Amino acid sequence: MAVIAVWIKIDEERVVQGLQEAGKKLDSAEGEVVVDFSSVGRIDPSAIRALEGFADAADDKGVKVALRGVNVDVYKVLKLVKLGSRFSIVA
Amino acid sequence: MIASETVQERVQIPLAAESLSPERIAYLEGLVTQARTAAAVFTQFTQEDVDRIVKPMVLAGLEHALDLARLAVEETKLGVMEDKALKNMVATEFAYDYVKDKRTVGIIREFPERNLVEIAEPIGVVFSIIPITNPTSTVLFKCIMAIKTRNAFIFSPHPRAGRCCSEAVRIMYEAALKHGAPEGVFTCLESQNLQESAYLMRHKDVSLIDATGGQGAVKAAYSSGKPALGVGPGNTPVYLEKTADLNMAVVDIIVSKTFDNGTICASEQTLVIDDEIYDLVLKKFAELGAHICNEKETELLARTVIDPNTGFMQPLAVGQKATDIARFVGLSVEPNTKLLIAPIQGVGREHPLSVEKLFPLLSVYRAKSVGEALKVCVDVNHAGGLGHTAVIFSHDDEVIRKFSEVINAGRIIVNSPGSIGALGAVYNDLVPTFSFGCGTGGGNTTTDNVNVYHYLNIKRVARRTQAHMWFRVPNQIYFNMNAVENVHQFPSRSTIIVTNPSMEQFGHVDLVRRYIPEGTHVHVTIIPDAEPEIKVVMQGVEALNFYKADQIIAIGGGSVIDAAKIMKLKYESPEADLEELAAPFLDLRKRVVQYPTDKINRARLIAISTTSGTGSEVTPFAVLFDKERGRKVTLADYSLSPDVAIVDPQFVMSMPKGLTADTGIDCLTHALEAAVSNYASPYTNANAMQAIRMAFKYLPIAYEHPHDEEARCMMHNAACIAAMAFSNASVGVNHALAHAFGARFGVAHGRANALMLPHVIVYNAAVPAKFMPSPYTQGYIAHKKYAAVADLLGLGGNTVEEKVANLVTAIEQLLDRLGFPRSIAELGISKEEFERAMPDLTKFAFEDPSGRSNPRMSLVSELAELFWKAYQGRGLAKVAGASQQQTA
Repeated sequence: MAVIAVWIKIDEERVVQGLQEAGKKLDSAEGEVVVDFSSVGRIDPSAIRALEGFADAADDKGVKVALRGVNVDVYKVLKLVKLGSRFSIVA
Repeated sequence: MIASETVQERVQIPLAAESLSPERIAYLEGLVTQARTAAAVFTQFTQEDVDRIVKPMVLAGLEHALDLARLAVEETKLGVMEDKALKNMVATEFAYDYVKDKRTVGIIREFPERNLVEIAEPIGVVFSIIPITNPTSTVLFKCIMAIKTRNAFIFSPHPRAGRCCSEAVRIMYEAALKHGAPEGVFTCLESQNLQESAYLMRHKDVSLIDATGGQGAVKAAYSSGKPALGVGPGNTPVYLEKTADLNMAVVDIIVSKTFDNGTICASEQTLVIDDEIYDLVLKKFAELGAHICNEKETELLARTVIDPNTGFMQPLAVGQKATDIARFVGLSVEPNTKLLIAPIQGVGREHPLSVEKLFPLLSVYRAKSVGEALKVCVDVNHAGGLGHTAVIFSHDDEVIRKFSEVINAGRIIVNSPGSIGALGAVYNDLVPTFSFGCGTGGGNTTTDNVNVYHYLNIKRVARRTQAHMWFRVPNQIYFNMNAVENVHQFPSRSTIIVTNPSMEQFGHVDLVRRYIPEGTHVHVTIIPDAEPEIKVVMQGVEALNFYKADQIIAIGGGSVIDAAKIMKLKYESPEADLEELAAPFLDLRKRVVQYPTDKINRARLIAISTTSGTGSEVTPFAVLFDKERGRKVTLADYSLSPDVAIVDPQFVMSMPKGLTADTGIDCLTHALEAAVSNYASPYTNANAMQAIRMAFKYLPIAYEHPHDEEARCMMHNAACIAAMAFSNASVGVNHALAHAFGARFGVAHGRANALMLPHVIVYNAAVPAKFMPSPYTQGYIAHKKYAAVADLLGLGGNTVEEKVANLVTAIEQLLDRLGFPRSIAELGISKEEFERAMPDLTKFAFEDPSGRSNPRMSLVSELAELFWKAYQGRGLAKVAGASQQQTA
């Protein structure tokens, strides 16, 4: 069976909304979702909460989530809030 | 009066959290998660981002200074509203003035000359305990610190200061949030609950505990196992010395001790007054509104405001007005009384009022002398005030200095009020704070006024620095045939020639004397032809002193020149302790023992070498034989280098074959070891390579044809050039082994070197079991350097390994050609004897400073292995093959 990967680009100004929209696509992603963070320079507490919710939803649906293009500052934030291990971070 | 349970700092906070309900745990977890998220997000902020937030927070704090002060007094029932308002302003405005231009994000300090950069890393989540005595001011101050350092703070106010603290946090949080601070950066527990505090203190996501308050809170913080800034109680002695400006001192003490009704823990507790001014000072206090207690009143106060069981102040008195305290205990005082003054006769439990009293009651002590006054201040300091604050009023700098030396306090406030003085930035240039570090005396890790840098992890980026190197040799070196004529250039009143018997027999001394300018008084000191002992050296020094010499000419081999170097040292600096100067060192520039620079005599040292090996005429080394311990002691310092070196081959033309070989191999070993040394530089490399080439070419000729003038001349120059290399690059493990072995078995130095040399090259060319730390080298290159030597000598080989092997073979062939024994066993040393000597041999070889510059660190087991290899030998090399290679 073919794996259908969903690619979602996140806009820095709309990180929370972007992740909410990504959450809706989890059903259609049979196996993997790639979330593109290459346009995101910084994240705030609401974005972290949205990421936590997104990770929970993906776990429930058995979908693997890869974060792509995460800059090192955002990556450090994910490590500090212990979210780094919940996603696979890809270049 | 307030209830006695108001101040609970003395209560031990339990470290267990058994009684917390699941709801409370969920609530606390939520706080920590929120703070952790805020702290994480905060790491992305720039300096400009945080500075943009701090300023409006400060303005908000200033705007609400009086409101918060009113709220604090209403809730805590402590202190003076106007003073608290002032504290709130100091906590904001003065703190801001200090931090506003401070870099706290990214690179905060640079030290280009040290290649060091400091970078700030936030701490994360800070759990901050707020005291009842300074609640809102402490919160305002810490909120500014938090934003400036990008940390998230969870505040835990004293149970009786919950509302005012929450309001202070709210004001600062709203201002911060409005200007971009991360959501959740400040939170405040409704009030301090011991179990909840314990839970948070131990929480894995809380990075630092910041406990400002009483002993209990501080102890709990430090006991939690977390990093803590715990700053607690004090007991401030104040010494009013007779030279002080009494009017100023009395007002300052009243200002300080009545400020916020004495709630600042840096305020004066016991005033020690010189006898001569005691009555006058008390009169001035009385004139300005202090009530001087009589003996009965003092006793009454001691019974009521100090808990007889604990010896600490009664909480009910803390922060109360003098008149309220007086009324409570039943003293009759004037309605305008600001301060109660109670004379005491000593310090300690039998004098209850000598402890900390956070209310307007000051103990006074009449001191008969400065000495007594200082002792009483020390007693007060040790009665609960270690590390905190002390105050002195004096214009006698010596008394101030002595006071500062004997008192253990993080802040010693001079000629100004203790409480406001300790806060910093008002009366002095101390860093503004609301947390006084009390050092180890107070169970703290710092004596600082806590400020921004205590809330940062400071990372130091240390770039590799290459220390300066050097190339130092005598500035006058005369070489080639008849170079000795140059002796005539050096005028002297009185010259001592140091030499040995054979030099005199060979006519060398007469040759030199011919060139000494006329009119010079010359005396010849003959020393034995052996490594110098201290007795021999001191006899020479006696001669130098007797003849008041201004010049020493050393004619001889290494032993004679070394002896002359040490004679010069002891003649010029008789105090020089040779044993101490021979102390081991790792880096010449950092050595513990420095050679003397004060000289009572001056003498020029001209060194004329009569062997072609040691190069002592240009080296900064001198070897002394320690007869008692049966070992050689090496002195090393550039001050030992001769002033003039004469390298004249006519002095070596008559060298016997054995000595030619021994010294020649010593020269070659110097050059080879300098070439691969960790201290090698382009300057030493040039000399080392040149010396190697000359030694390989001319040593066999000088050995086989002793009268070949060119070969003798070139070997003599090669020895000096090699010495210039190793004077600056040092030698290596070959010399360490040879020194230990030669001293133990009485084997000539060059011969000992020869026995080790092939094994050491193989050893150094292999991948080290342990690399020698060296800031001077980049990567391991010893094998490549040996290969470069092989190339220089035209030994052939396609790979580094082949070239190294060819070099080893060529050296073995050279040793064979020079008739060297090829194993220690050949010297007639039995295996058992050698085995018995092994512990000493390896110990002395390891301790020998020569080994420090070797390219690989020699383990003791490796030294033993090298000794055994030298014992067994490698057998004869193929001489024919070597000839072919050299021809090629």
